[in-house]
Amino acid sequence: MSLTQLLFYIMAFIVVASALFVASSKNLVRSIFMFFITLFGLAGLYVLALADFVAVTQIVIYVGGVLVLILFAFMLSGKETLNVLQQQKSKFISLSKLPAILLAALFFVVMVNVILKTDADNVYWVKMVTGANRQIKPNDIMTDNIGINLMTRYLLPFEAISILLMMALVGAAHLARKERGTV
Amino acid sequence: MITLTDFLIVSAALFCIGLYMIISKHNAIQILIGIELMLNAAILNLVAFGKFDKIANSGQVFALFAIVLAAATTAVALAIILNVYKKYKTIDPRKINNLKD
Repeated sequence: MSLTQLLFYIMAFIVVASALFVASSKNLVRSIFMFFITLFGLAGLYVLALADFVAVTQIVIYVGGVLVLILFAFMLSGKETLNVLQQQKSKFISLSKLPAILLAALFFVVMVNVILKTDADNVYWVKMVTGANRQIKPNDIMTDNIGINLMTRYLLPFEAISILLMMALVGAAHLARKERGTV
Repeated sequence: MITLTDFLIVSAALFCIGLYMIISKHNAIQILIGIELMLNAAILNLVAFGKFDKIANSGQVFALFAIVLAAATTAVALAIILNVYKKYKTIDPRKINNLKD
């Protein structure tokens, strides 16, 4: 087993285990900080998929932005969020969770089945690329290519997403502002 | 050699954990984390397939777009959560069953 494969399995284990902890933890703060580890593990998986720029972006935006926002919301919404959690502390596996677990597990079985049936490594365009030896290699530098593509081939989605981002920020600021007069 | 199937199975597991969180949690923030997990599963798929597109980089570029979209989603969702908390003093989605008026 090569080193990259070993690293992949370690990273995959970290990601899935911490995600399971996030899903099962009763303590919201602890689950948010475990989500932090999930995101770092995912960045490691992106590096192993030879997408280093996406991995760095993941760390900067998710860990630096999204997670801090979630922590903000948690701290600003105060004690009430914790009370909701404490009510359901008593039972380990409550009956109300059973349908959700069943649904998620069955969905997982279906998805794994689909993935194994698809056999993505033998899809014809993947075969074509690997046959011509044109996939990304570990020593290729893709970042400048991504930049060039972003400004030429994907200019329209780039502009669309910039407008959408501006709309979202304006909307968020509008929603979060203090209303005068009324509550 | 890491095969594509490995990545797909990891992302399927993440997606299902996110699905479970969305269905079963009583707290809007935890539901938001579940949505983020599902988005991350999708991004992992994009990146894994992006390895085979060296010229156009479509997988990686759209993974970047998806990350930015997720950030925008979170910002708006958190603003909504804060407003809901101000009005109802709770963020349990099943207790929030009134419109504004």
